[in-house]
Amino acid sequence: MVVTLERVPTVAPAVAMRGASVRFGERTLWDDLDLDVARGEFLAVLGPNGSGKTTLIRVLLGLLPLSRGEVRIGGAAPRRGSPTIGYVPQQKALDPDLPLRGRDLVGLGLDGHRLGVGLRGRRERRARVDAALASVGGTAYAHSPVGRLSGGEQQRLRVAQALVGDPDVLLCDEPLLSLDLAHQRTVTDLIDARRRDHDTAVLFVTHEINPVLPLVDRVLYLVDGRFRIGPPSEVMTSAVLSELYGTEVDVLRVRDRLVVVGADGRNGVHH
Amino acid sequence: MDRLFGFEGLGELLALGFVQNALIACAVLGVVAGALAPLIVSRGMAFAVHGTAELAFTGGAAALLIGVGVGLGAVAGAVVAGLVFGILGLRQRERDSVIGVVLAFGLGLGVLMLSLYSGRASNRFGLLTGSIVSVDSADLIVLAVVAVLVIAVLAVLYRPLLFASTDPDVAVARGVPVRALSLVFAVLVGLVTALAVPIVGAILVLSVMIAPGAAAARVTASPLVATVIAVAFAEIALVGGAILSLAPGLPVSGYVAALAFLLYVGCRVFARLRGRAAVA
Ligand SMILES: Nc1ncnc2c1ncn2[C@@H]1O[C@H](COP(=O)(O)OP(=O)(O)OP(=O)(O)O)[C@@H](O)[C@H]1O
Ligand SMILES: [Mg+2]
Repeated sequence: MVVTLERVPTVAPAVAMRGASVRFGERTLWDDLDLDVARGEFLAVLGPNGSGKTTLIRVLLGLLPLSRGEVRIGGAAPRRGSPTIGYVPQQKALDPDLPLRGRDLVGLGLDGHRLGVGLRGRRERRARVDAALASVGGTAYAHSPVGRLSGGEQQRLRVAQALVGDPDVLLCDEPLLSLDLAHQRTVTDLIDARRRDHDTAVLFVTHEINPVLPLVDRVLYLVDGRFRIGPPSEVMTSAVLSELYGTEVDVLRVRDRLVVVGADGRNGVHH
Repeated sequence: MDRLFGFEGLGELLALGFVQNALIACAVLGVVAGALAPLIVSRGMAFAVHGTAELAFTGGAAALLIGVGVGLGAVAGAVVAGLVFGILGLRQRERDSVIGVVLAFGLGLGVLMLSLYSGRASNRFGLLTGSIVSVDSADLIVLAVVAVLVIAVLAVLYRPLLFASTDPDVAVARGVPVRALSLVFAVLVGLVTALAVPIVGAILVLSVMIAPGAAAARVTASPLVATVIAVAFAEIALVGGAILSLAPGLPVSGYVAALAFLLYVGCRVFARLRGRAAVA
């Protein structure tokens, strides 16, 4: 939090939500959510399956309207295709025979929404794509078919694809899924460097807080319509999580890791 | 074997006006079919193309029956089919069953209408298996106009189409109108299919709309290179098939389909060998 206070106290927050609710029919995913994410802040979004983490990202992308409340991103209402947002989607298998190379995937993140075939400005485009690829260590497989790459390689290309457009807000939906420890480091370091150098706000959905624990400014923990926002030291406690899950949950600190132990498995406590 | 391959009198045949018309038609069709093929493959739309072709057949048969131009009927049928498939499903599973149901119905209807038709039998057969002798200068103009239109639309929408076809989730988030593009693309496919049906026939449209793209995808992952290769393959299959069919006087579709298939198998073998060489 120190980061955010000393940096840009006067500018509008990167993300602001007031009394935000999302309802599907009878079901309320979350209700009355107030959230400010400052520029350069790293917010981890945690919660069990189906708690509405991806839905929150869809709201911020302008793909889903709120049922109630207000949301601003960069001071304006969310809209599809905002150039100030980078997006790393929740992982989905790509067809192995898809005629698309790694560098094409990254390039589409830069200008895939533009009309035309893209003959103008090719040199600059190439340089930016190359730089994005290099930053995730993806140069070696830039020319391979994306569908044939490993899940981790695809995920790193996704990060490059999200960063190549130079975003102010980065929305990541479980970007660490299927990455080994070393590559988790690569990706988290990359995202951390990005927000330090460019003041990019990061919303980072994850099931596993430990890989990002040293970077996290605050946590948004969603469970079954209830939520809690605060620094990890305040949210990731036995008392708070027990209250959120409505059952006894223990948070243990083992060296510099947090281990969350549910009283039983029913609530799907992750970590 | 002698009946299948002959080049006797090929020189004289090539000098005939209607033969030249046919070859030009094949060349034009090759450009548009090849240009669309890699995107069709990316979108997993092979079955949709087949369904569209069958409905172009239905439209052609209906036109024959009521006595308007067959080409017009084919275009109407294919475009309607494209729109219906485009509206009904982005989800492939649902789309496939919808296509299966509509295709069967359309084909049945077409067969029924052909049986009721009492005109020349070659008109009838032509819709199913194609024939190039039927291409006249008026058809050629229609073909050229549609081809220019399709290429123009493709040139303007290429990047968002590629984005929407290969990476729809991120494309939506980046503001690409994925749904609208899927409709536009379905109409493009419908138009080109309708042009291909009189030449290669409703049954074998896949050999020019899919095979070149599928073959190209085997040997390259670059969308641009894949498009160039697909156009080249479509030209080889269509123009080559047409020339081979001339002297024996047999249906062009068989030759086109065989060439397209050989190119596809060749690409698979090539990719195999190259993969092995890369490992070794
Ligand atoms: N358009 C929709 N209509 C109805 N229900 C929906 C819709 N979108 C999402 N849901 C429901 O909302 C709930 C939250 O979905 P969401 O994808 O946000 O969960 P999540 O927290 O991302 O879960 P996971 O950890 O599994 O990714 C799910 O139960 C889902 O079925
Ligand atoms: Mg999710």
